[in-house]
Amino acid sequence: MFAADFEYYRAGSVAEARELLAAHPGAKLLAGGHSLIPLLKLRLAAPAAVVDIGRIGELHGISNGGGALHIGALTTHAEIAASAAVNAGAEALAEAASQIGDPAVRNRGTIGGNVAHADPASDLPTVLAALGATFTVSGPDGERSLAAADFFQGMMATALGEHDILTAVNVPAAGSGSGSAYVKFSHPASRYAVVGAAAAVTGAGGTCAGASVAVGGATAVPVRCASVEAALAGRALSADAIAAAAAAAGSDFGDDLLGDVFASGEYRKAVAPVYVQRALTAAAERAG
Amino acid sequence: MSSRIFGSGIRRREDPRLITGSATYTHDIVLPGMVHAVMLRSSHAHARITRIDTEQAKAAPGVLAVYTGADIEGALQPMPCAWLLPDSDLKIAAYPCIASDVVRYTGDIVAVVVAEQPSQGYDALDLIEVDYEPLPSVTDPEAAAADGAPQLHADIEGNQAFHWTVAGGDADAAFAEAEASGVVIKERILQQRLIPNAMEPRGAVAQYSRATGELTLWNTTQNPHILRFLCSVVTGIPEDKLRVIAPEVGGGFGSKIAAYPADFVTVFCSKQLGRPVKWIETRSENYQATTHGRDHVQDVELAATKDGKITGLRCTVHAGMGAYLSTAAPGIPTILHGLMLSGCYTIPALKEDVYGVYTNGVPVEAYRGAGRPEATFMLERLIDMLAGELGMDPADVRRRNFIPKFDDGHKVITTLNYDSGDYPGALDKLLEHTGYAGLRAQQAAGPVNGKYLGLGLSSYVEICGLGPSQVAGAIGFQGGLWESAIVRFHPTGKVHVFIGASPHGQGEETTFAQIVASEIGVSSDDVKIFHGDTDATPMGWGTYGSRTTAVGGAALAVAVRKIRDKAKVLAAHLLEASVDDMEYEDGKFFVKGSPDKAKTIQDIALMANVAWDLPEGMEAGLEASTFYDPPNFVFPYGAHLAVVEVDTATGDVELKGYTALDDCGPQINPTIVEGQVHGGVVQGIGQALWEGAAYDDSGQLVTGSMLDYALPRADRLPPIDVISTVTRSPHHPLGVKGIGEAGTIASTAAVYNAVMDALKPLGVKRVDMPFTPERVWRAIQDAKGA
Ligand SMILES: Cc1cc2nc3c(=O)[nH]c(=O)nc-3n(C[C@H](O)[C@H](O)[C@H](O)COP(=O)(O)OP(=O)(O)OC[C@H]3O[C@@H](n4cnc5c(N)ncnc54)[C@H](O)[C@@H]3O)c2cc1C
Repeated sequence: MFAADFEYYRAGSVAEARELLAAHPGAKLLAGGHSLIPLLKLRLAAPAAVVDIGRIGELHGISNGGGALHIGALTTHAEIAASAAVNAGAEALAEAASQIGDPAVRNRGTIGGNVAHADPASDLPTVLAALGATFTVSGPDGERSLAAADFFQGMMATALGEHDILTAVNVPAAGSGSGSAYVKFSHPASRYAVVGAAAAVTGAGGTCAGASVAVGGATAVPVRCASVEAALAGRALSADAIAAAAAAAGSDFGDDLLGDVFASGEYRKAVAPVYVQRALTAAAERAG
Repeated sequence: MSSRIFGSGIRRREDPRLITGSATYTHDIVLPGMVHAVMLRSSHAHARITRIDTEQAKAAPGVLAVYTGADIEGALQPMPCAWLLPDSDLKIAAYPCIASDVVRYTGDIVAVVVAEQPSQGYDALDLIEVDYEPLPSVTDPEAAAADGAPQLHADIEGNQAFHWTVAGGDADAAFAEAEASGVVIKERILQQRLIPNAMEPRGAVAQYSRATGELTLWNTTQNPHILRFLCSVVTGIPEDKLRVIAPEVGGGFGSKIAAYPADFVTVFCSKQLGRPVKWIETRSENYQATTHGRDHVQDVELAATKDGKITGLRCTVHAGMGAYLSTAAPGIPTILHGLMLSGCYTIPALKEDVYGVYTNGVPVEAYRGAGRPEATFMLERLIDMLAGELGMDPADVRRRNFIPKFDDGHKVITTLNYDSGDYPGALDKLLEHTGYAGLRAQQAAGPVNGKYLGLGLSSYVEICGLGPSQVAGAIGFQGGLWESAIVRFHPTGKVHVFIGASPHGQGEETTFAQIVASEIGVSSDDVKIFHGDTDATPMGWGTYGSRTTAVGGAALAVAVRKIRDKAKVLAAHLLEASVDDMEYEDGKFFVKGSPDKAKTIQDIALMANVAWDLPEGMEAGLEASTFYDPPNFVFPYGAHLAVVEVDTATGDVELKGYTALDDCGPQINPTIVEGQVHGGVVQGIGQALWEGAAYDDSGQLVTGSMLDYALPRADRLPPIDVISTVTRSPHHPLGVKGIGEAGTIASTAAVYNAVMDALKPLGVKRVDMPFTPERVWRAIQDAKGA
């Protein structure tokens, strides 16, 4: 299909992008284009203007500082998957990025576009929720930082305002004795997550000092599984303990489940514990 | 070399142009002054059009014209159906190229916009105002046949397009006896709708010349000559003024057999505007409006003795035809399905009723295997169920019922005369090759980590190489089914072949060249194959039904043999010998005992073309043509084994191994055979595990894009092990059969049986395809509850 007509602007800097957004009400930012362009072609979105931020150098790249990984919004899935820093400090993120779509999608799609689009079936929001990431946003009133719980607000809805630009995602780097993992049930057609489970475990000497778990795919925004986390805290990281804790995963989902012709909400909820268990097992192994 | 070219896995000559992007597809045709057609398709499954206003669209930038049903009145005849199934009460509904009063599926054409640029055409689509009065719709074939179902066509009661039967022996008596003293197995099988997904969507470029009244139509077709005829019928342009070109065609799998309304609407636009018009469908449009496959609801019963001997088969099939009958549609769930019901087995009695039913879906046509996968599945599934019921190994039940080995004809209960086969031999070789007994032992050891192993067999025989023209006439096919070829030697010894067949990805440019090379001793590199242009090639009936090598290849071999005969006479003359004393070997003609004084085929080609010294009465040139009408069909067969693992925690099915044993007779090019088996097997696996077109209650296609419709992907497939046996067809000049559809025909049943075998210890009896994890998981939960 062909997109409806729109004006195209290319921004050279974040400041210029913000000016362009201000000058063109309703304009859409374009990063890797792998979510926006399909919408334009199907005419599900028809903005009057598109502001291409794809070549803004300052939004690109991964740095390490202050105990966190700072990932520029324009960093691609492929770069994240290949990054030594991410593989060392946030295994689950590298693991998730490496399983997104196919090579073409991973080479073009960006972390910023992925989280700003906030598709409930996306992989990265789930991992970022589990890892306690923060989101740096540049807006008309300056820069602000948001936690995952505040950033993701609903299906395809985030805290980003019309004139906001997400500039970076910051992930606390895991210390020694910690590990994380992401396990996904991919939709056989789209490759998006039908259910995706992310887990991070700190486990000195085989005892769980802390666990964080998030599940995506079954709900509008990733769910932090507080019951699983609580059930595991202070326990020995044995297979039985992990299985028993994971079994509670569905209880954190609430009633608004997402389903489609391929997999109902009920099913997604029912099998979520299996994926949580697998993610916890892998994370515990990496921690120990 | 020539003696070895037959059977050599040389690389496909087609591939360099295909994989470097330099091939010319319909979309690559660009003509001076060309404009673009875009179809407005119905957004309703069933509705009355109460108003249509095109004024705004006509005024939009770049728009040249907008036409609706009223405009084509009288100019485009309704779409013809070309398979007039006899003795079936066939009712062909009027199938207008553009709907003017009622739309009957989401995708029916309502209007066409012609614009300078395609994007302008799409913009203008949004400006056409159509008022619809929605009517109740139905997409399930059984529901559509039921009392009180919404009626699609005013004059066709109960939506019944036809009722066809096949019977042999006394099936009812067999069942009465089995009820009393044997076993009866019953099953309901849903053969879901499938979307063929050729890599290249459909499209057409029409160039009408007002000066000459001639039309050239480039089209993504599997059968340009049939399309030329149908185009003439619909557009009224005389056949001699029509040229149809199938340029590179990127796969079809049956979906490019039919003629389509959009093709003729494109022709109409070109005629009206006097400019070349291009129409290329989008992928969404392809899903919505290019034919689908399968869509059977099957109720099947098998009667058997307590020691596993099959005594009868009875079935009722409701075959969804979609909103209208597509070109070849009536023959698919009947002739190509019902006549193959007894498969590889001796079944003394059978009876089948097939109801073709109109539904509010896109028309259903041939899809790789076309009728035969649905027949194979039925039988192979019920045999596995019989084995389960009797506590026998599925392989043993098959063995007990196989037709014994035969090499020159075997009549089966449906009246077909199979050509040659060794079904027990194929199964035995498969089981030995795969270590079946060991796999069964591994299975018996029980599940590992909640993962259950399952083994699935599928023995199949299929009918292809369609077919004797006399039979075609008898079964209502509105054409012949012979093939023709012209073979022309140039003075240099190079060869041009003009053939009616229309390969579109299968690799026959390579195998045809190998046939010529092996028959007359030239290098295959010296043979060029021309196809797909009705002005440049002799008549052919198209590439489908695994018939191109089986029939077109036979025509080619016969034509080359005619050349060999003439060359022999000329060689004898040049060597001053008697023809009876001549011998031929590997491209050389010589007098018996003096191979050193030979004339090569290149020598003969030169002398025939310069014609300096020909025997009395011999015409110049070295060229032959043939019309080859096969005396019978060919019947390839084989046995496949699928090995799966089912994760009971999630319902996920993993295909762990797949072995295909196929017998297509002598293989001209084993690499191409292997490729065809791979592709075919994977398409069949797709039906079992992933694919399924679904309409919602209002007739909207919910699997409308590749985001939802799951095609097989390489990373979820194991390596496919391809082995073979070789049984010649007794009646074919080269002994060869067909291989294009074999994989698909066998593999859906093999994978289905494997999954059900894995689920057997859990008490699961039945799951509909495709085996989505949720369906499998639910079946396990339900069995636990039961
Ligand atoms: C075939 C296919 C398969 C896919 N499979 C998966 C999968 O398995 N898992 C998965 O998680 N994703 C998947 N995706 C989505 C993919 O990850 C996309 O790349 C991603 O969702 C969007 O990133 P992008 O850079 O392409 O964003 P774009 O398409 O350019 O933008 C997406 C949206 O985000 C906005 N936006 C972009 N950047 C910013 C920014 N810096 N600040 C504010 N707003 C911004 C845009 O305005 C737009 O609304 C798939 C996509 C395709 C096409």
